Amino acid sequence: MPKLTIDGIEVEVPAGATVLQAAEAAGIEIPRFCYHDRLSIAGNCRMCLVEIEKTPPKPISSCTYPAAEGMIVHTDTPMVRNGRRGVMEFLLINHPLDCPICDQGGECDLQDQAMGYGMDHSRYAENKRAVPDKNLGPLVKTSMNRCIHCTRCIRFISEVAGVPDLGATSRGEHMEVGTYVEKALSSELSANIIDLCPVGALTSKPYAFSARSWELSKTDSIDVLDAVGANIRVDTRGPEVLRILPRLNEDVNEEWLGDKSRFAIDGLKRKRLDKPWLRRDGKLQPATWQQAFDAIAAKLHGMAGEKIGAIAGDLCDAESMLALKDLMTALGSPNIDCRQDGAKLTNARRDYYTFNTQIAGIEEADAILIIGSNPRREAPVLNARIRKAWSQSGAKIGLIGAETDLTYPLSHLGTGPSAFADGEGFLKSGKRPMVIVGQGALTRADGAAVLAAAWGIAARAGALTAEWHGFNVLHTAAARVGALDLGFVPGPNGKSVEAMLDLDVLWLLGADEFDTKKIAAGTFVIYQGHHGDAGAARADVILPGAAYTEKSGTYVNTEGRVQRGFMATHPPGESREDWKIIRALSARIGHTLPYDSIEALRARLEQVNPVFANISFLPRFGCTDTTGPRGGATEDVAFAPRIKHYHRTDPISRASPTMAACVAALEPAPAMAAE
Amino acid sequence: MAEPDFEQPAHFAFDAESGAEIAHIVAKYPVGRQASAVIPALYVAQRQMKRQTGSAWVPVKAMDAVAERLGMAPIRVYEVTTFYFMFNTAPIGKYHLQLCTTTPCWLRGSDEVVRACRDATGIKGWKETSADGLFTMTEVECVGACVNAPILQVDDDFYEDMDAEKVKTLIAALREGKPPPPGSMIGRQTSAPEGGPTTLTTLQFAPGT
Repeated sequence: MPKLTIDGIEVEVPAGATVLQAAEAAGIEIPRFCYHDRLSIAGNCRMCLVEIEKTPPKPISSCTYPAAEGMIVHTDTPMVRNGRRGVMEFLLINHPLDCPICDQGGECDLQDQAMGYGMDHSRYAENKRAVPDKNLGPLVKTSMNRCIHCTRCIRFISEVAGVPDLGATSRGEHMEVGTYVEKALSSELSANIIDLCPVGALTSKPYAFSARSWELSKTDSIDVLDAVGANIRVDTRGPEVLRILPRLNEDVNEEWLGDKSRFAIDGLKRKRLDKPWLRRDGKLQPATWQQAFDAIAAKLHGMAGEKIGAIAGDLCDAESMLALKDLMTALGSPNIDCRQDGAKLTNARRDYYTFNTQIAGIEEADAILIIGSNPRREAPVLNARIRKAWSQSGAKIGLIGAETDLTYPLSHLGTGPSAFADGEGFLKSGKRPMVIVGQGALTRADGAAVLAAAWGIAARAGALTAEWHGFNVLHTAAARVGALDLGFVPGPNGKSVEAMLDLDVLWLLGADEFDTKKIAAGTFVIYQGHHGDAGAARADVILPGAAYTEKSGTYVNTEGRVQRGFMATHPPGESREDWKIIRALSARIGHTLPYDSIEALRARLEQVNPVFANISFLPRFGCTDTTGPRGGATEDVAFAPRIKHYHRTDPISRASPTMAACVAALEPAPAMAAE
Repeated sequence: MAEPDFEQPAHFAFDAESGAEIAHIVAKYPVGRQASAVIPALYVAQRQMKRQTGSAWVPVKAMDAVAERLGMAPIRVYEVTTFYFMFNTAPIGKYHLQLCTTTPCWLRGSDEVVRACRDATGIKGWKETSADGLFTMTEVECVGACVNAPILQVDDDFYEDMDAEKVKTLIAALREGKPPPPGSMIGRQTSAPEGGPTTLTTLQFAPGT
């Protein structure tokens, strides 16, 4: 633990820390372009120069210089300032003066630091170098004249994303960052290089020229397009969501965000349900709220509770699901279910359906067995953690399921349950083993047996101890854990999704991910949601709800972490927040729900399950009771991938032109029929 | 990359000779460190192209083949190939004329050598190939043989102490497919002074005894 003095402030830093990290610990900001605390150290921008006593009298790049005992560092001397000014002048030699038309303007590291170290004029009269722009696919726009060769994007794509597509070709004056052979970036995390780029060389293609950063209202929210619950910031101008950026949360998404979560937002403006619809003479026609409520009230009048069913979709907030559950209880119906994909999950115990090791805990694991999951597609940010466990602490990873490239080396142990014995042997080699069961393994007929078998593997391999809980379920639906916490599962004698489809009345709360063609012809379908997708097409009444950016909602991620997002824009047209719709309807049909405000509803949430009291905070826990869930016999059939297309998993991403462009660019076109 | 005016071959596979060479090179490095062999492996690929097509260059497919052979990401090989100017990423003529114009060669008349090369081959600018496809001229930095400047490197061979007249003879010989033996063109012994050694002319190991 070396102790050193920086600008008169004494700090103690862990061995191996650099001078720049020590300065940060001392609260001194050092300008930098290439250094990033989640990437390897490159030391090529030279902006972080400092002066260190008793070293050769020259400026030293602090990001590469190890802190040592008794070192005396100065970060603001004439030598340091001149050195940094010199570096800045060199960087600006070839950097274009196009800040007024650059999307990075206003949030540009180079712009900011040029205020401190730049000159008011250029001494360089020669032509600036011109670099051809690269085509990196539909998400990342390039303007390579602006590139200052910090190599952050190259390091991110190679180290964190694990898909080494980018590199620096040629050298010196001719160095170019790119893919050399033109191709679209194939990583699901590729757009993070936009955030990492300290200048405007890499900017967002869908957001290009649409706003200046200072015009935007920023709202904290939670991503719902996968079950990781990444913390996001929704940037809006007026009624329009213009972009989504990740927010720092070390426990969940660090500072990364999947491409779908970032760019599916143009789907929020398309195929929206912005007014109630009513099916008259076999055709959906626009209606008023009054007419829609009247139709529902007429249908429900005097109907027995067991003839009514409700299915909660994948993007729902906990508040609306609770309101719907309470309404169904009031109507006397036990037929509620949130597992529209047929996952054989039980809510008998919370650790049977959550990611108990937690996302940050992955880094401590040394043997990871993945069963029936493709985390790269199902949860790219979580997959980056698994890759981190492999790259930083050498964790071994085993896979039972379809063989695929998960961006790290893995032992492929088999494709179906017959490989479980091998999986157990694999896991026993670790001291901190963990099992990850994916939805590909749980949505089959023998899902419950697979869940029990996976628990058994974890128990026997020593993954369930008082200090370490190594059993994990990786969800794909953002609403699923919250729904299970609320008990949005069939009550006594209640029907599950499969059995519900021929009931007299079916309430779909944003449920689009099951085969709506299986709904019986005579069933009266109420669809409450925000997109005209599969569910709305089959509906008899459509109640227009709010998407996740348009309501204040509580979501529980796959870990069981309760997180809250805030309303960034108002729902479009006549659509309303979902819990308010259910509350209003309950009054119309004479079963008024006992809450009038979101606060009262949230108090009810806590009453139903105390986990909802702890927002964002989730302590680590072990497993003291190793009794597993009830299972049965597994069938030896290969696990099928749960997600076929990463870019189209939900109504929002299916409505998004950007996601469609990604599919066109990245997924091989269907083979042409032979002539 | 600017729009290229040539076509990349659709396939590249190491032939038996190259395969043996690469196996020999890879064996020099510890297991798991095969990526160290990337530069010699690229030379192998470039030489194979010369054998097969008469033009020593490394197409993208060859870089991909090297990447696959050494277990590297293709982009890491592209980076190395483009960093070193010894690897040609575009087709060149049968003979690669590499002219050093760095200070010592320039002082000793490299301008004249360059002009003579242009006149003899009809090439106008750097990195151009003559109309007959025989020669490509490249300007290179110091090749490390300044004592015998100016230097004209043809493929892997140094022709030293060049002047306009010697360039003309050399190009004519190359056109006939009869490259003269490399080395000094004025009969200098390795890097010894012109006209023979001026010191250590007598064999005397201990003077005065």
